[in-house]
Amino acid sequence: MNILVCISSVPDTTSKINFKNDNTIFETEGVQFIINPNDEFGLTRAIWLQQSHGANVTVVSVGDSSCEPILRKCLAIGADQAIRIDTIPKDGFQVVAYLTSLLEINKYDLIITGRESIDYNGGMVGGMLATKLKIPYLSNCIYLDIKDDNLKLEREFDGGKEKVSASLPIVIGSQKGLVEEKDLIIPNMRGIMQARQKPLEVLSPEQVELSTQDLSFEKPSEKGPVRLVDAENIDELIDLLENEAKVI
Amino acid sequence: MTILVVIESELGKIKKSGLELASYGRKIADDKGLKLTAVGFNIEDSSVLNKYGVDKLYNVETGEDIFFDVDRYSETITKIIKEENAILIVVSSSADGRYLGPVLSIKTQSAYIPNVVEVPSQYEPIQVKCSCFTNKAFKTSKSLKNRTIISLLSNSFGLNEKASSLELINHNYENRTVNLKVDSVDKVSDKVSIADAQIVVSGGRGLKGPENWYLIEDLAEVLGAATACSKPVSDMGWRPHSEHVGQTGKPVASNLYIAVGVSGAIQHLAGINSSKIKVVINNDPEAPFFKAADYGIVGDAFDVIPKLTEKLKMRK
Ligand SMILES: Cc1cc2nc3c(=O)[nH]c(=O)nc-3n(C[C@H](O)[C@H](O)[C@H](O)COP(=O)(O)OP(=O)(O)OC[C@H]3O[C@@H](n4cnc5c(N)ncnc54)[C@H](O)[C@@H]3O)c2cc1C
Repeated sequence: MNILVCISSVPDTTSKINFKNDNTIFETEGVQFIINPNDEFGLTRAIWLQQSHGANVTVVSVGDSSCEPILRKCLAIGADQAIRIDTIPKDGFQVVAYLTSLLEINKYDLIITGRESIDYNGGMVGGMLATKLKIPYLSNCIYLDIKDDNLKLEREFDGGKEKVSASLPIVIGSQKGLVEEKDLIIPNMRGIMQARQKPLEVLSPEQVELSTQDLSFEKPSEKGPVRLVDAENIDELIDLLENEAKVI
Repeated sequence: MTILVVIESELGKIKKSGLELASYGRKIADDKGLKLTAVGFNIEDSSVLNKYGVDKLYNVETGEDIFFDVDRYSETITKIIKEENAILIVVSSSADGRYLGPVLSIKTQSAYIPNVVEVPSQYEPIQVKCSCFTNKAFKTSKSLKNRTIISLLSNSFGLNEKASSLELINHNYENRTVNLKVDSVDKVSDKVSIADAQIVVSGGRGLKGPENWYLIEDLAEVLGAATACSKPVSDMGWRPHSEHVGQTGKPVASNLYIAVGVSGAIQHLAGINSSKIKVVINNDPEAPFFKAADYGIVGDAFDVIPKLTEKLKMRK
């Protein structure tokens, strides 16, 4: 079984978000990058399948050389090889187009994308990719079990979850629950050493079309100071919520 | 040409998000001088839609196959988009809406813009503001296609009544094209979900243990609110993962968010920031949440929350 895990390199969750060039470009100066958390749950599940089913795990990222440390980390976690598609994508649709050209050459049985990335929050790569490939997609995937070509899966939605059957090949959108936080693999020294020897292939893609363009960014307006209410005066809070904020 | 909104329902009843989508779609249809078309599945009572300006409803009966099925839904909606020549399609920001949007965009060769928070500032081409960096920023995106699908962040437009005369059309439920089938659905509870809720009451590590969650649940009950929690609370198993909100959990965009014993770490705030009004109850006046909140009480949750719940009960 061949598994492809699509990895997005995103700003660390504690990052302050700033923009430059007249608010048209995200300022990466001083920002730490990490594996997108949703992708990391998927990668861990893939490594388990490598151990239980002898699966071969490839990680891929669309990005310039700045995302290589992230791919090396994935290799240290246990992926067998990495591919970097050497371009800076401008929207999710473009990422999908680049991944589709890769999938026209290499065949994968299971393709894992994070449910969404924590930078642009598109949540679109998995669904678009599967639909282009005419294979099924399961978003918000919190359980996966493979026997032969048959899959048992679970999807979380607002206020519940559902059990799903499907067959390979498939694309899933991974998130917490597929594996637990405590199960995430922290690379050890041996893994880090081995990662240096593992193949990291760089592909130069042909240009593909865009479907959206980001024109400008802005930060939420500064909010005023909090209005404190005395703990002994709860009626005042209720009054404010009812008559000032009008939310109850 | 038309504007099309995809309306969600539960047990035949249209969800509030559906009415918000209709209100939003009506505004755009008026701006553009177009009709507003809606698509829904297994809707039993559609009469409310003519209070929210919908001109035409395609209601799809799914027969035996009662579960949301992204493939069959998107096949069916794609047919309707083409028949009606819809140029702007609006889906909700629920898990189902955001599952549907990208799939639909490929099937209909449309641009897809998620997390939209306003009506477009420009129509040709469509230009619209949306949330990004998990609510730490906004961006304005332009569609480069003739047809655009957007997912509207819940509670970002609100409800707006406008009378219309509703035409009802039944539409065929299209067949499956890929091998994926929902076998069963397990609703967590009858409670309102975080995505649908107008009010969310959230508890953090300050509540000390799962046995104290009655404080959160009782308060949520008087307010008709959904319950949520911080990440460590779900990681320790005090509460189910489905309640974890924040940057790596569920987003919250309610009208009122009440945080009890939550410190207000940047990852927590990122996920809940698009809530309109934030209230914090924390015994540490230095807790970062006070910087993000609209109203706050510095006090012990074990003392404040029962009193607050009691007073809200009496108010009813
Ligand atoms: C990669 C990453 C992703 C993350 N994603 C998320 C996320 O999505 N969501 C999230 O929530 N966190 C997330 N976190 C964790 C985050 O950094 C914080 O650790 C977490 O939000 C803290 O949870 P808490 O506020 O419940 O606990 P604490 O920070 O321990 O705060 C407890 C608060 O309760 C108060 N308190 C104590 N006793 C009382 C009392 N009797 N009455 C009133 N108040 C009391 C304390 O003053 C304190 O402020 C993430 C962290 C990382 C590294």
